[in-house]
Amino acid sequence: MARITAGVTTSHVPAVGAAIDMQRTEEPYWKPMFEGYEFSKQWMRDNNPDVAIIVYNDHASYFGMEIMPTFAMGIADSFAICDEGYGPRPIPAVEGAPELATHLAASLILDDFDMTVLNVLDVDHGLTVPMSLMFGTPDKWPTKIIPLPVNVVMYPQPSGERCLSLGKAIRRAVQQFDEDLNVQIWGTGGMSHQIQGARAGLINEPWDRKFMDDLVNDPENLQYKPHLEYMVEAGSEGVELIMWLIMRGALGAEVDEVYRFYHVPASNTAVGHMILTPKEI
Amino acid sequence: MKPDFEQFDDIPGTTIFTIEKARQGFWLNQFCMSLRKEENRKRFLGAEREYLDEWKMTEDQKQAVLKRDFQKMLDLGGNVYFLSKIFASEGLSYVQAVSTMTDMNVQEYQQMMLNGGRNIEGWRSKKERGAD
Repeated sequence: MARITAGVTTSHVPAVGAAIDMQRTEEPYWKPMFEGYEFSKQWMRDNNPDVAIIVYNDHASYFGMEIMPTFAMGIADSFAICDEGYGPRPIPAVEGAPELATHLAASLILDDFDMTVLNVLDVDHGLTVPMSLMFGTPDKWPTKIIPLPVNVVMYPQPSGERCLSLGKAIRRAVQQFDEDLNVQIWGTGGMSHQIQGARAGLINEPWDRKFMDDLVNDPENLQYKPHLEYMVEAGSEGVELIMWLIMRGALGAEVDEVYRFYHVPASNTAVGHMILTPKEI
Repeated sequence: MKPDFEQFDDIPGTTIFTIEKARQGFWLNQFCMSLRKEENRKRFLGAEREYLDEWKMTEDQKQAVLKRDFQKMLDLGGNVYFLSKIFASEGLSYVQAVSTMTDMNVQEYQQMMLNGGRNIEGWRSKKERGAD
């Protein structure tokens, strides 16, 4: 039986990917942020899963405005790296997990989550920056990936309740897969940031820290936080944090907090990162 | 559930990209998406007006692009992730481009971020600010 063994959350700032790709991680601006991931890279070497489901959003890199799926799942063998305007990141292609992904997509649709099925998908920094932060810079990624893109760019985004419920359905579906697989789920994006308008640069550290506390201990109430609160308190792009609820839903009722890191700034953004493990596998 | 697009109107200095804005900005954003290809970036930067005329954008949208007026592009239905393809074409970072929408220059903006970012106090509500 497949099982979800851990959840990871992390911001996915594009400049972080650029700093890694240009070998600038030792510079004074970046060093404190990357040091916060040293524990995590070691932890990941010690706890490398067979598959990681990565919940992320595309940033107008693969999806244009022709099609805007609310929830989607990449079921291909592999995923190419997007050109986001600066040329593609110089990293290996991402290997998929088509058997598990197909099972998950089918299970979720039958459970009333109307997933868009992606047989072709190029992935952007939303997915690849978390991989670089957790895996470093290997020649080949050590883990197969199931991309789960969520619309957080266009209002209405899915509700917090829907996101937590989707996570719970993912947990059930993983447990119903016959192959013995160690599966992680990652929720990416956030934390507070706003990259547009006169209010750009907004950071709300007390709100971010409370969000992390509630994600661990009180997700059943956290799910009811309305979009408006995310946008007012955590900035217009802070609404990405609903994706962390999908991760949390997949971990079951109670979790242990293995690690937490918070840092300001990375570019325009507050970086938040957690590793959680389910009390009940 | 009936959508409430007006609920965001009181957030100061902020343009929420709603499904309505997405319709208004469709061709502006599609033009931006074309800049994911290196040959298109070269063609756009080589002859901007001619390139823009290939797209069904409004004249206001084209003027905003030519002037690199990102706030105006947001007002006309652009979304920042799409608009990023314009400044990426010129090798500019998010910080460099985003700071142009504030009342700070890029050094001041960068310093604000190093100091912990923009404090939310006074930035929750237009009514509360008594301005905008």
